Amino acid sequence: MSIRAENLVWRIGKKTIIDGVSLEVKPGLMLGLLGPNGSGKTSLLRLLAGLKRPQAGRITLDGQDLKGIDRRQIARRVAFVEQHATTNASLKVVDVVKLGRFPHRSMFSGWTLADDAAVAEALERAGMTQKRNDPWQSLSGGERQRTHIARALAQAPQELILDEPTNHLDIQHQISLMRLISSLSITSIIALHDLNHAAMFCDQLIIMQEGRVVTVGTPEEVMTEDLLKTVFRVDGRIEASPYHARPHIHFMR
Amino acid sequence: MTETGRSIQGLLVLGASVLASLALIAVVVGISVGIGDLPIPLSTTFAAVTNRLGWTAVELNRIHETVIWDYRLSRALVASCCGAGLALSGAIMQSLLRNPLAEPYVLGISAGASTGAVAIVILGVGAGAVTLSVGAFAGAFAAFLFVALLSNGTRGGADRTILAGVAASQLFNAATSYVVTTSGNAQQARDVMFWLLGSFGGVRWPEFALVSVVVGFGLVICLFYARVLDTFAFGDESAAALGVDVGRTRIALFALTAVMTATIVSMVGTIGFVGLVVPHAARFVVGPLHVRLLPACAVLGAIFMVLADIASRALIPQQVLPIGVVTALVGVPVFSIILYRFQRAS
Repeated sequence: MSIRAENLVWRIGKKTIIDGVSLEVKPGLMLGLLGPNGSGKTSLLRLLAGLKRPQAGRITLDGQDLKGIDRRQIARRVAFVEQHATTNASLKVVDVVKLGRFPHRSMFSGWTLADDAAVAEALERAGMTQKRNDPWQSLSGGERQRTHIARALAQAPQELILDEPTNHLDIQHQISLMRLISSLSITSIIALHDLNHAAMFCDQLIIMQEGRVVTVGTPEEVMTEDLLKTVFRVDGRIEASPYHARPHIHFMR
Repeated sequence: MTETGRSIQGLLVLGASVLASLALIAVVVGISVGIGDLPIPLSTTFAAVTNRLGWTAVELNRIHETVIWDYRLSRALVASCCGAGLALSGAIMQSLLRNPLAEPYVLGISAGASTGAVAIVILGVGAGAVTLSVGAFAGAFAAFLFVALLSNGTRGGADRTILAGVAASQLFNAATSYVVTTSGNAQQARDVMFWLLGSFGGVRWPEFALVSVVVGFGLVICLFYARVLDTFAFGDESAAALGVDVGRTRIALFALTAVMTATIVSMVGTIGFVGLVVPHAARFVVGPLHVRLLPACAVLGAIFMVLADIASRALIPQQVLPIGVVTALVGVPVFSIILYRFQRAS
């Protein structure tokens, strides 16, 4: 197991945002996290990335409790891509990607060839090598998202956590981003809104509703017309796509 | 290029820029020493310094030597340290709060210092045993603690810190105005006003010893945090995801800037605009990465402040303008240009 969560509870004030969530992620798989707005996807990802501490329950990385691991140690193996994080600093793409090496460098160590190699590979993977010297402010939404992913890859993570990375991207960039993530050999957990994209690219899906996990499984197991109605409150028909064999959802007018 | 080859080249560049910066500051300080009611040539200043250090024994006019050593040199050096300290503090505030309008006084430090100062000058707190500087320092720190409690009691983010700073400034400014209007006479009010606008008059070697240690120490710690500050570019959460202990970093750096700023304010009053404008100017020159930005801020801040001090003494003969007036008169046009460019960029 790479990441494992047991009975996580997280509240803001009196409101319970995450209510007894347990999950396991097998190494190397792409796990899609689905659910309506306010179902707790972003909060769960923050807990899993160690950015917030759950009030109850525990998270383990390869069996080790996240609470006992130093922040920097976590950042060496878990990378997190937030929803549209931006900056007003005029950083270049390569400067942003270099930030990913931060957890691997000690206070006094210089920039090494290994760091250079990691950054170059991350840029290449994310398809941003050509734009490495472009200023952040000149990038499109898709390029910014790719830069964030390159930064996350430069962290050399074993787990990559992404919060709705395809939001506000055009269809070409959405598909290419999903392809990129599914091509990575690391474990990835990705919050998504587009059910068809999730079914097409993810190995496993977790469906959340009101802070709880409703169901877990492969897209074929999880995607049912009943689920569409009870969780997402839409009418839909599901068939195996004749093109990629994954479930495909037709929404009713 | 090999790794060692590159690091040697890096060291050379670093050494050259440090030397060039120090030389530049020395020249500006030398010019500052030479300008005044009694003009002194640069060579005389140089000889006076080397004489004192015991390197040379050039025959000099005693009056020149006294003016240089006991009055102008310490003043110029204090000015350079204050400029460096304020610019550094401003850069750190802008990065941590992710706000281009942040400056050293954003945490209410100048307002607190003014309250501390009037408490000493007008209310007579401490019965003469406490100097205005000590009172101002205490007031500045009281304001900082107020902001720290208000914003970090619940681990507040940048917006909360800024709001707490605004509240503190309002509170302490109101307290200052209350004391001045109810208890002060016209002369005291004028004194306080003058002190608030800043002045390098009266600073001597003991002040230089204190401020150079505080700012020097501050610069070293800031450089220690340079990479950490880079990770704040995309916000607190992003820094945390890269392994930074955000809470501890914020407290440490806020406290550091508070110590630097409070020391400077208690010594020379509230000198505005340096901490706001210089970091922006430095960013245009060396870019946003803190390893280069922070030293550049220190150097540019030092030079700017010494030049402003020269202007404050030279603009009107026989009269010294408050330094805060000069920095704002220069700072506002510079800032307008930056704002204009920012508008075009976005």
